[in-house]
Amino acid sequence: MSEKPKVGFYWCASCGGCEESVVDLAEGILDVVKAVDIVFWPVAMDFKRKDVEAMPDGAILATLLNGAVRSGEQEEMVRLLRRKSKLLIAYGSCAHTGGIPGLANQFSREEILKFVYQESPSTANEKNTRPQTRFAEEGRETHLPELHQVVRSLDQVVEVDYYLPGCPPTPNLLKNALGVLLSGKLPPKGAVLAPETALCNECPRKDSKPQDVAFKEFKRPHLARIETDKCILAQGFMCMGPATRAGCGAQCVQGNMPCTGCFGATSRVRDQGAKMLSSVCSNIDPKEEPEIDKVLEGIPDPVGTFYRYGLARSLLRRKVSTV
Amino acid sequence: MSKPVEEIRIGVYVCHCGTNIAGMVDVKNVADFASRLPGVTVSREYKYMCSDPGQELIRQDIKEHRLNRIVVASCSPLLHEETFRAATAKGGLNPFFFHLVNIREHDSWVHENRQDATAKANALVHAAVERVRSHKALTKKQVPVNPAVLVVGGGIAGIHAALTLANAGKKVYLVEREPTIGGHMAKFDKTFPTLDCAACILTPKMSSVKSHKNITLWSYSEVSRIEGYVGNFEVTVRRQPRYVREDLCVGCMECIDACVFKEAKFPNEFDEGLGKRKPIYVPFPQATPKVAVIDPDRCLNVKTGKCKKSCVASCDRGAIDFTQKPEDRQIKVGAVVVATGFKAFDAKRSPQYGYGVYPNVYTSLEVERLVNASGPTSGEVVLRDGRHPKTVGIIHCVGSREEHTNRWCSRVCCMYSLKLAHLVKEHSGAEVFNFYIDMRTPGKSFEEFYQKLLKEGVHFVRGKVAEVNDWVLDPSEQGKLVIRVEDTLLGTVRRIPVDMVVLGVGLEPHADAQEVRRLFNISCGTEGFFLERHPKLAPVNTFTDGIFLAGCCQGPKDIPDTVAQAGAAAAEALALIDSGHVELEPNTAYIVEEECSGCKSCVPLCPYKAISYVEDKKKAVINEALCKGCGTCVGACPSSSIKQNLFEDEQVFSEIRGVLADV
Repeated sequence: MSEKPKVGFYWCASCGGCEESVVDLAEGILDVVKAVDIVFWPVAMDFKRKDVEAMPDGAILATLLNGAVRSGEQEEMVRLLRRKSKLLIAYGSCAHTGGIPGLANQFSREEILKFVYQESPSTANEKNTRPQTRFAEEGRETHLPELHQVVRSLDQVVEVDYYLPGCPPTPNLLKNALGVLLSGKLPPKGAVLAPETALCNECPRKDSKPQDVAFKEFKRPHLARIETDKCILAQGFMCMGPATRAGCGAQCVQGNMPCTGCFGATSRVRDQGAKMLSSVCSNIDPKEEPEIDKVLEGIPDPVGTFYRYGLARSLLRRKVSTV
Repeated sequence: MSKPVEEIRIGVYVCHCGTNIAGMVDVKNVADFASRLPGVTVSREYKYMCSDPGQELIRQDIKEHRLNRIVVASCSPLLHEETFRAATAKGGLNPFFFHLVNIREHDSWVHENRQDATAKANALVHAAVERVRSHKALTKKQVPVNPAVLVVGGGIAGIHAALTLANAGKKVYLVEREPTIGGHMAKFDKTFPTLDCAACILTPKMSSVKSHKNITLWSYSEVSRIEGYVGNFEVTVRRQPRYVREDLCVGCMECIDACVFKEAKFPNEFDEGLGKRKPIYVPFPQATPKVAVIDPDRCLNVKTGKCKKSCVASCDRGAIDFTQKPEDRQIKVGAVVVATGFKAFDAKRSPQYGYGVYPNVYTSLEVERLVNASGPTSGEVVLRDGRHPKTVGIIHCVGSREEHTNRWCSRVCCMYSLKLAHLVKEHSGAEVFNFYIDMRTPGKSFEEFYQKLLKEGVHFVRGKVAEVNDWVLDPSEQGKLVIRVEDTLLGTVRRIPVDMVVLGVGLEPHADAQEVRRLFNISCGTEGFFLERHPKLAPVNTFTDGIFLAGCCQGPKDIPDTVAQAGAAAAEALALIDSGHVELEPNTAYIVEEECSGCKSCVPLCPYKAISYVEDKKKAVINEALCKGCGTCVGACPSSSIKQNLFEDEQVFSEIRGVLADV
């Protein structure tokens, strides 16, 4: 048996981009493999659940787990990996704050299933078949995990030791995190392994932001041209940078797109969306309600704008079904 | 976030406030409830917590039970927060480990169901018990006070405040927008009800201002910028070019005689346009400073550059200087007295009275100039067409107590209309009618003055005048102005033909009162006059510490009240200055520098201009001395890098948890 520390990767409700970001280490992955044994990585290597179950508790130094938790199977795997790992790391926005899947919390499970299996324009499902948790035919029985009522971030299910934010986390963030974990000098439990300032701090366009943004209108990136040398927020495009943790190097802004907030808020903020909303609304130029409403019309989807990655773990959490 | 290591030991005190609270809230129940909350060591109810024995209870319990947090459930913090902070401090605790719960104004006084009111008191106490755990020791900061005072406005209010302060040995800057101080009072002939000569009592004060060693008088100047905070204001005063050097001009007026305009042909503002002046002029003989001024809109040289400039040649002191430019002066003061006065109601806004249509309709201020011995007619009441009026009608409440113009009573119009009735009658022998809605004579010797007028044979018609016109229905009305009025005492509509109509115009805020309000960061009432901090108990204070109000900018008032208020404002400014320092509430916001991303979201939001962006650090910074703790920036900081003492997130969230705990 190797003396090297063991590391695992796992994927719950997410798009797979986080797994890609590990591969994005490119030849850096060789250094990782040199330093650790990867003992579980279903996306890339052939391990089975029973292999993990066979390990003693705490056998894995660290599991980097991406994706939100929204099914019975995911919850089981999360609990299993928690048991087997000394450190459980929420990797990426979905594990960290619920991510894009968390936006499903605006709807009930029934609404979601109904739309996906019956109502969506591209669905052909004449028998109105819905996924069942049990199915028996010819004496054989199969099981499917149950879809939960609500999408949860990892720490809403099990204890999480550290967080790596981002959709996905950038390779430099992962490299630093692995360095920290292997160095043995662990930060305090619960730490987010990224800077504590907001993105503006490292934004190349910081100096071009005026002192008084005084929003007169909001524009959407696909409907107007974004100038390449001026603060994007000041141009009236909703850039989440001021309310978003730094650490990505302002990559979206460098690609001339506004920050969408994937790194989540700084640790001091209880609710990223509420904070940004409060900040933006304080800086709206008109002072009379009808004109204010007109400005706000430029943000047609406030939840999707301000809570794009953080709805599951926000103060709002989910829509309570009144039906 | 550092967790307190000490054990939290909370003392809760529920006040009966006699029956004010106990009458609607079961205080015993509240105290029992609190005693069961985690962390509460002592919980008591007491008849009057604010009494000496009540405060003593806190002090003793801190010692005996080693309390380190205090919650008092009583009245509004406006009343007794300081009392209980002091009691907490007496017990040896930092006063900011105390928190007040208002179960009187917020509970017992506004509810009618004892059970509900008690439940609410419990919830509020629970919230405080949760919040007070995360309180921190804070200290009040002391900031030294600059002993100089800025007085804005050189009417009688500003003059009196400036002299009072200067006589107390304080450096005073008096800034006046017009070329001379004196304000409205300088235009009056006599003052009611004593009929003493306005100039005789005012001009000595004006010259005292000019000669006082502690007063710097800047006329023809305006405050353009004010920054800083109580005790330490930095003010920019813009001095307009008068094209005559104040340090050289002695007011001999030879330049005026020498002006290329041989005739005075431009309306003199000081005479309400009834007299004429030249482009270079001194507004009136006792103008202070007595320095000529050149009207840039009238002077040929300023307008066209083409003039032989005989004025320059005539001045052997070389005082005329066409190269003058607006000049900004920076001063530092500890307090500001705003005494910017009022504007007379524009009578054209009540077109039914024919002002501006019929030449013989005058405003009261114009008549003040007509009856004034030093006015354009040397006190002779002559109409614009040169005739002497035989009958005069004085209409009260023009632009006062009216739905369509101003709703308020301007307080002085009844009395000055009586005064003008007396003066016009005295100067012209005319028959005088006063048209009033109600006769308001509530001041000292005012009613007696009214009685005197009644005896002098002035006619009084009780009724709101409907219209003034020159339509002749009867030969007796030929060539006259007809006042149509319902005489409510006779119960009939009358037509009274007169030669002259005087409109008793009301007082209203200056047209630029809103800009001035913003400049000094003070508030206006609904009618637009500057708002005092408390109508009864802080009548000359504003909501901005260190800025005081005097005179009609706060609301219409007569000269005695104005002078009294100016004295009060001066006294408040003195009290501030002589204390040597100001104590600042520690409920201020601060930016955690290493956490600030420099996004600037907060910078424009601060109503007190306390936030600035430091370019070299690329971070925002809050001047805590300026911060009033309103929390606007705290809410708006998108990365929660701004914290506010006494309102930290943890404190607010725990308060919310507490108040909802039993729901």
